[in-house]
Amino acid sequence: MDLLRFITAGSVDDGKSTLIGRLLYDSKNILIDQLEALEKSTKNRTDGSVDLALLTDGLRAEREQGITIDVAYRYFTTPKRKFIIADAPGHVQYTRNMITGASNASLIIILIDARQGVVEQTRRHSIIASLLQIPHVVVAVNKMDLVEYSQDIYNNIVIEYAEVAKQLGLQDVTYIPISALDGDNIVDRSEKITWYDGKPLLEFLEEVELDHDINLTDARFQVQFVIRPQTEELHDYRGYAGKVISGIYKKGDKVTVLPQGISTTISKLEVNGKEVEEAFAPQPLVIQLSEDIDISRGDTIVKADNLPRVSNELEVLLCWMDDKPLIAGNKYLLQHNSRLVRAVVRNVEYKLDVNSLQQQPVEGNVKLNEVVKATVKTASPLVYDPYTILSVNGSAILVDETSNSTVAAVLLQQ
Amino acid sequence: MSKSEKSNQEIFPSPQAGRVRGLDYLKQLEAESIHIFREVAAQFERPALLFSGGKDSITLVHLARKAFAPGKIPFPLVHIDTGHNFPEALEFRDWLANEVGATLIVRKVEDTIKQKSLTEPKGKFPSRNWLQTYTLLDTIEEFRFDCCIGGARRDEEKARAKERIFSVRDEFGQWNPKLQRPELWNIYNGRIHKGENVRVFPISNWTELDIWNFIRKEKVDLPSIYFAHERKVIEHEGQLVAISEFVQPDASDVVLTKKVRYRTVGDMTCTAAVESNASTLDEVINEIISTRISERGETRIDDKVTEAAMEDRKKNGYF
Repeated sequence: MDLLRFITAGSVDDGKSTLIGRLLYDSKNILIDQLEALEKSTKNRTDGSVDLALLTDGLRAEREQGITIDVAYRYFTTPKRKFIIADAPGHVQYTRNMITGASNASLIIILIDARQGVVEQTRRHSIIASLLQIPHVVVAVNKMDLVEYSQDIYNNIVIEYAEVAKQLGLQDVTYIPISALDGDNIVDRSEKITWYDGKPLLEFLEEVELDHDINLTDARFQVQFVIRPQTEELHDYRGYAGKVISGIYKKGDKVTVLPQGISTTISKLEVNGKEVEEAFAPQPLVIQLSEDIDISRGDTIVKADNLPRVSNELEVLLCWMDDKPLIAGNKYLLQHNSRLVRAVVRNVEYKLDVNSLQQQPVEGNVKLNEVVKATVKTASPLVYDPYTILSVNGSAILVDETSNSTVAAVLLQQ
Repeated sequence: MSKSEKSNQEIFPSPQAGRVRGLDYLKQLEAESIHIFREVAAQFERPALLFSGGKDSITLVHLARKAFAPGKIPFPLVHIDTGHNFPEALEFRDWLANEVGATLIVRKVEDTIKQKSLTEPKGKFPSRNWLQTYTLLDTIEEFRFDCCIGGARRDEEKARAKERIFSVRDEFGQWNPKLQRPELWNIYNGRIHKGENVRVFPISNWTELDIWNFIRKEKVDLPSIYFAHERKVIEHEGQLVAISEFVQPDASDVVLTKKVRYRTVGDMTCTAAVESNASTLDEVINEIISTRISERGETRIDDKVTEAAMEDRKKNGYF
């Protein structure tokens, strides 16, 4: 059984929480006491129905205001797959939470209210999906019950969204007409939307092909921690622990350690304390090398015939996530997987309008939720791939050294 | 052929390429947890693993062992002992610490109550659960721990579903849900100011069933109380509570002898047992799959008090 991580995005009243509640409810992943708690809190409602949205609204402030403050994670399993849902809030001011939830997702469900069609939030969410290169997009046209299950309305939305998808270069887009409230096309095929002959949502989520989402070609490994037991039996042992970011490593591979640029050979590979002949992404691995080289946390071990970029002058897209603005010339810490280097944001070239993707001049400082193209210089070189080619080795964060906050998502460019 | 052309071609393999290698979902979860453990060991100067003797923290120890093999786990196990523990869990704790060669630090809530003249909870089920926070914060201060690894899972409870894997706490141990750091990709920012502390939850994305499947697959040893055994219990609001030196029956209680097991292991005063005949892991897992009641709902007496019980405790420095 494999694992699908997906994110749901929609504007405030698109029925996102209801959809998640419905997925959990209809796939029998809601348990008796949770239902009881739910019924207790819906007792005061006039129509007597259970409010599935309450299943996902966690914190007290959220229940009081009827909104979602932060990304919440939900879990459910069917006989075919385990699912992890990142439930990201819809409203404008929490775009950073959506990026947080989307950064680990391989699929995004974008909810559209059938009565509203494509709105500003839809574009914004789609742009984030495209920036972060989420491999699979599902456009769920919700509240079909409120438009009398009209095929024309649905078709118009599909045409409208297809334009957005084309503009953003979204590759794999699937459209499903649903009613989260009534459960149409969620788990079972809708009896009311007879003109739709595709899969219901859950079936699609269970069957979407994920095998090609992991890159097994470009071998990338970064050292997280050096294991040196220094015991009597293991007094010379020196193993480099880390995760295979992408690709495959084999015993005997000729490798290069970067940024040092030293060539050597893999003498031993261990996964969970057991020797193996090969390891692949995303396995945790310990590498031993045939030569004694000075290697520490953050150094990269790659195959000698497939090298990433090594540079301390970086072109980046920054998604700014802090209340304090970005001031060009400021120094930050840049964390690329486990490598932490000092960095200065030198030049902010332009701002990307997250509603139209147009490049706009930057006036003043860069504020929360803005996406900008910038150049960054780091104190020592970064070993990376462009995000668009190998996202797992092309992403980083900026940390404000004075507040220790994570202030930006960094997408490394060409 | 230029480098970028080559890469592009290889990243989008032809459909015929087929599936070469893939990790089972449990292995994917394990990989994520091990990655988190290694980040903790590298980023913090004085981390500690909070160990309760329950299956979640036993799983943590097992994962930590894998993360640092063939070396030893590079941080101590810390047990905040309420004094209301199951003797089987304590015995198991000592055995496991010895088995993995880890340092075990035990600090007792009893001592904190005396030192700080705290008021003991009263009533029939005098839970010291809430008081653990005091002992935990004192222990963090005593050993200057900058990171405490915990076995909380996001599927347990609504407030936990919203907590980051690296959860920064202020010097009072408080969680502020509105000031969480964005947690992007698999990049963990554990930088803190002096006096602050990070709680790290490596099994955030595991569900109860994932833990049990892992225990079965990896043949992880567990305390005996997880399996069916006979015990004297009373029934309280539909839940079975064991008679012990901490919980005594009233005149109105009917003391029953039942075959039970525990689904979670907390204090004897606030953990309820479930009736069961499951004496093997397979039987336990089958029972869990067929029950339609959540783990916390079935076995925690203290979470039912208010709907926001966990949120309140977390904001006040709880695990």
